[in-house]
Amino acid sequence: MLLDVEGLGQLIRVLGERGLQVIGPTVVDRAVVYDEIDSADDLPVGWTDEQDGGHYRLHRRDDEARFGYVVGPHSWKRFLFPPRTVLWRAERGDGTFRLIDDRADISRYAFFGVRSCELHAMAIQDRVFLDCDEPDRTYRERRDAAFVVAVNCGEPGGTCFCVSMDTGPQATEGYDLLITELLDSDRHDFLVESGSDAGVEVLAALSGRAVDDDARRAAAEVIEVAVESMGRSLETAGLQQLLEENPEHPRWDHVAERCLACTNCTLVCPTCFCSAVEDTTDVSGGLATRERRWDSCFTMDFSYLHGGSVRSTTRARYRQWMTHKLATWIDQFGSSGCVGCGRCITWCPVGIDITEEAAAIRADVLPTAEKVEVI
Amino acid sequence: MTSARPSLAVWKFSSCDGCQLTLLDCEDELLDVAGALDIAYFLEASRATVDGPYDLSLVEGSITTPDDVERIREVRRSSRRLVTIGACATSGGIQALRNFADVREFAAIVYAQPEFVVTLDTSTAIADHVPVDFELRGCPIDKFQLLDVISAYLLGREPNVPAHSVCVECKLRGNVCVTVAHGIPCLGPVTHAGCGALCPTYDRGCYGCFGPMESPNTASLTERLRELSMPDDDIVCMFRTFNAYAESFRRAGEDIAGRTSRATVPPYPARPEERHDAQASRESHDEGRRSGARGG
Ligand code: SF4
Ligand code: SF4
Ligand code: SF4
Repeated sequence: MLLDVEGLGQLIRVLGERGLQVIGPTVVDRAVVYDEIDSADDLPVGWTDEQDGGHYRLHRRDDEARFGYVVGPHSWKRFLFPPRTVLWRAERGDGTFRLIDDRADISRYAFFGVRSCELHAMAIQDRVFLDCDEPDRTYRERRDAAFVVAVNCGEPGGTCFCVSMDTGPQATEGYDLLITELLDSDRHDFLVESGSDAGVEVLAALSGRAVDDDARRAAAEVIEVAVESMGRSLETAGLQQLLEENPEHPRWDHVAERCLACTNCTLVCPTCFCSAVEDTTDVSGGLATRERRWDSCFTMDFSYLHGGSVRSTTRARYRQWMTHKLATWIDQFGSSGCVGCGRCITWCPVGIDITEEAAAIRADVLPTAEKVEVI
Repeated sequence: MTSARPSLAVWKFSSCDGCQLTLLDCEDELLDVAGALDIAYFLEASRATVDGPYDLSLVEGSITTPDDVERIREVRRSSRRLVTIGACATSGGIQALRNFADVREFAAIVYAQPEFVVTLDTSTAIADHVPVDFELRGCPIDKFQLLDVISAYLLGREPNVPAHSVCVECKLRGNVCVTVAHGIPCLGPVTHAGCGALCPTYDRGCYGCFGPMESPNTASLTERLRELSMPDDDIVCMFRTFNAYAESFRRAGEDIAGRTSRATVPPYPARPEERHDAQASRESHDEGRRSGARGG
């Protein structure tokens, strides 16, 4: 179906009428973040983003594009795997321990404007949180209830490399509806395709035009252009072996000199899933709360065992992160842990670039004799 | 009941009283604190005092006078558990700027009769003088962290006071990074969490009130600040505020300024074993082993 600008607003309304809380891109503090949107006016209309290592700026476009930017500092994991989740609370009585049942209603979201790399990231987190003996309940409930409106990327950002990771720019699965924005001097339309029964139902409630050949051709062109304009690239052939065989490469020292161990890369990454569990009590000792919060392999506490941190140096922590992401993740979950969204590059305060680090190790492989197994 | 409650003492050294006020500011929870602890010595709140020993001592302020040096030993001797609160007590505070200059010159400018002023050349942290069981950072400290430290003590659990960077708190809140998106200099990546990323939440760079985080890479951040066109003198000033004399912030400033501070050791060496413990506890802080929670 072809929607015009009005039709896009109608789509957001229809999702709201179905009892979904619509979360989509919107401008806050001069960046595109994911937050509740009430109408198409809340989208970053006419904005684009300039992204590079440690650098992000919004600029005005000379058109009124609704999706003329890529991903920002937020990812959808903020909603499926929230930064803080209360696991349980309990009260102490006279020699008793009583769990407080204060579980809120399930949050029912419509994710609006999900990029192809982000669909892949969700699929990865599905495997992490759900394909296991103890599936995560909050994640399961929110994921099952979510309606996903994806959007094909027309203008990749300066740190994007989804083509290298085979995760974009065209969405292929994992959505209920898929939008391609068609914008030139003659038209401003949105080609909308459904990818599920729920998607078909929502489409039926919209008034749009039939898709013509012209629109189809224009949509294909959007993707062709996007494929050619990736900001970064990452050579993945043999990458797993390369990293696993080079734990003592001098490049790890080089990156450790620059890395702040600040955790930003992991917390913006849409696939990173680590958390810590915190127990708190009130002063009277009558109320106990157990909370889960995002954690990162860059903190000391993360690998704290009896006697100290296993990875006490920043070198060990960066190496752990990158090797897990690009290599050992494949053994653990059956795919790379990186979808090429570029967030870790853009939001690293000192602009450390995972593609550059991988390329540096590839360019200067140690002689086999010097390779040492990680213990 | 009353006799079973652990006793609390709150002490003041060179400081502005802001951290003690944080305890009084607890309002809703203050009655719980008074219910759980016997407040035996807290001059900021009451002139009525009970003699020690005390089960829990909270110490605010830094050591700046010969009298302080003696008094903190008294406090240590009368305290089962000693927790320092705030930037003054944990790193020497803003008054440690004197450590980089000549305090007698300052005194001559400020006081009409500086000869009556008895002061040390330096302002130093409590842990430089006596063993400390736990250091709570901040200028001022955070009310919720203070309550957690007290609750943790009462229940024999570990406090939730992570030593990671302020960036973690930024990301938990969903803030847009002011450095990356707006080019604003921010000390968050090298600063100990605890404030909830207050300044970045309001579009300001972090001022470093909570001192160095567990593994501060100040050299890398310095390069970044230079890239953001910050002059070296300004970078030195950024590191030299409330935690100027915290080991890694002090070194960051010295590396840039290419000079060392005038005084590099506390003027009155503490007793050898105390000195050892204090140093160990401070080093572990910078290295980020869980902040001294396991007794001194
Ligand atoms: S590692 Fe970096 S580029 Fe890859 S998915 Fe995570 S944030 Fe995106
Ligand atoms: S790579 Fe960058 S974002 Fe990640 S911990 Fe290091 S400095 Fe921080
Ligand atoms: S604003 Fe400062 S504290 Fe927040 S993420 Fe950026 S560098 Fe870190």
